[in-house]
Amino acid sequence: MSFLRVVWLVMRKDLIVELRSREILYTTLFFAVSCVLVFAFGFVREGQPMEDVGAGILWIAVAFSGTLALGRAFERERQSETMRALLMAPVDRPALYVAKLIGVMALMAAVEVIVVPLVALLFQAPLFRHLPMLLALLLAGTVGFTAVGTMFGAMLARARSRDVLLPVLLYPITVPVIIAGVRGTSALLQADPDPAVARAWLSLLLSFDVVFITLALWTFEPVMTD
Amino acid sequence: MDFDSLTFDEVTRNFGRRRALNRVSLTCHAGELIALLGPNGAGKSTLLSIAATLLTPSSGTVRYGSQSARDGGAALRARIGFLAHDLFVYPELSAAENLWFFARLHGVRDAAQVVDGALRQANLQDRRDDPVMTFSRGMRQRLAIERALLHAPRLVLLDEPFTGLDDTAVVATRARLSVLRDRGCIVLLTTHDLETVEALVDRAVVLSGGRLSAIDKNQGGLRAGYRRVATS
Repeated sequence: MSFLRVVWLVMRKDLIVELRSREILYTTLFFAVSCVLVFAFGFVREGQPMEDVGAGILWIAVAFSGTLALGRAFERERQSETMRALLMAPVDRPALYVAKLIGVMALMAAVEVIVVPLVALLFQAPLFRHLPMLLALLLAGTVGFTAVGTMFGAMLARARSRDVLLPVLLYPITVPVIIAGVRGTSALLQADPDPAVARAWLSLLLSFDVVFITLALWTFEPVMTD
Repeated sequence: MDFDSLTFDEVTRNFGRRRALNRVSLTCHAGELIALLGPNGAGKSTLLSIAATLLTPSSGTVRYGSQSARDGGAALRARIGFLAHDLFVYPELSAAENLWFFARLHGVRDAAQVVDGALRQANLQDRRDDPVMTFSRGMRQRLAIERALLHAPRLVLLDEPFTGLDDTAVVATRARLSVLRDRGCIVLLTTHDLETVEALVDRAVVLSGGRLSAIDKNQGGLRAGYRRVATS
């Protein structure tokens, strides 16, 4: 069976399961919105937000809610050990990785659709002034974060302390993604926006994406075999 | 690819400092139904997982005909059906959706027709569109058995296939296993229910403390043979 066909089959299955339970979408969305609201209470005084906090809060909300989505996405495969059934299928195993990656990205994208306007509103951040560049940064950042997170999520699916281990392993490696995302977004939110700086951070994000997706596709099969 | 035998040769498997399997050697042939017996924690599920290519031995080799798991890859996995203790079905999906998904994933042609047949075998036609989370343990077990057999595997690995089944389902499952053997499948099953498989199996082996011993079921039956090995 072709690589793309497997990706589609597994993604479709994940989508149906999520549409039935809505468990991951609602929990990640609730968490991301709560996160932004808590920061709003801390950083907005008399209707005036502190300078330059919008970009950081947006990416913190994305990263934290993404971690939650990654953990739950693989917890679902662990409950009936269905991950082992997927691994036993006569398909390219990296296709399973790509399917999970796209599935988690879709969930994070749904969260971002809500969180970006919320941050723009609460922190008076002109996030929509350079919308194409913001979307490119969010897309590249989400790909990088989920590329690493999907790999670790799959590896830790059967570990006892997976809930603790996932963030412990994920955050140190994805620090460059979060820094690049924050700095790139921040460059767009300044009074005098600097798209050139944002482009430079976007390039860094794209390089990270290429490196980690390549590594994940290369190592997924041996890592998941045992 | 196809094969007509499964051979474990001096297979050892360690989990950290614990040795689950200790130099296990066993050959199973096409058209043979073998019971893998032993107390809890003896290493039965580990041996099945190794045969299913989900675990690799710490030492020793497993051969499918003349090929190893590494050589066989996806083509080999296409010829293996595995019912594990965890049932490998999605509780949120219906019985038909679960079977359809795994049929397509295994590249089964005429998936809809095969799924209908599997639902009939599992006696779940009237519950085909109900989510699996609403099923009893026995119904899930019947579904999981059919999930493992959807793609007509050569090697059938069944970990406690009779768990949760009522008498009617036990009889149906025994008949199903008998048909698989007659079709030339290699069937390796674990069970604690010796009376149920007594007349069904061609031979039985016992795993105890990671070591494998054969039982001669013609000398007083499986239960007596099992006791002899367990107490020796």
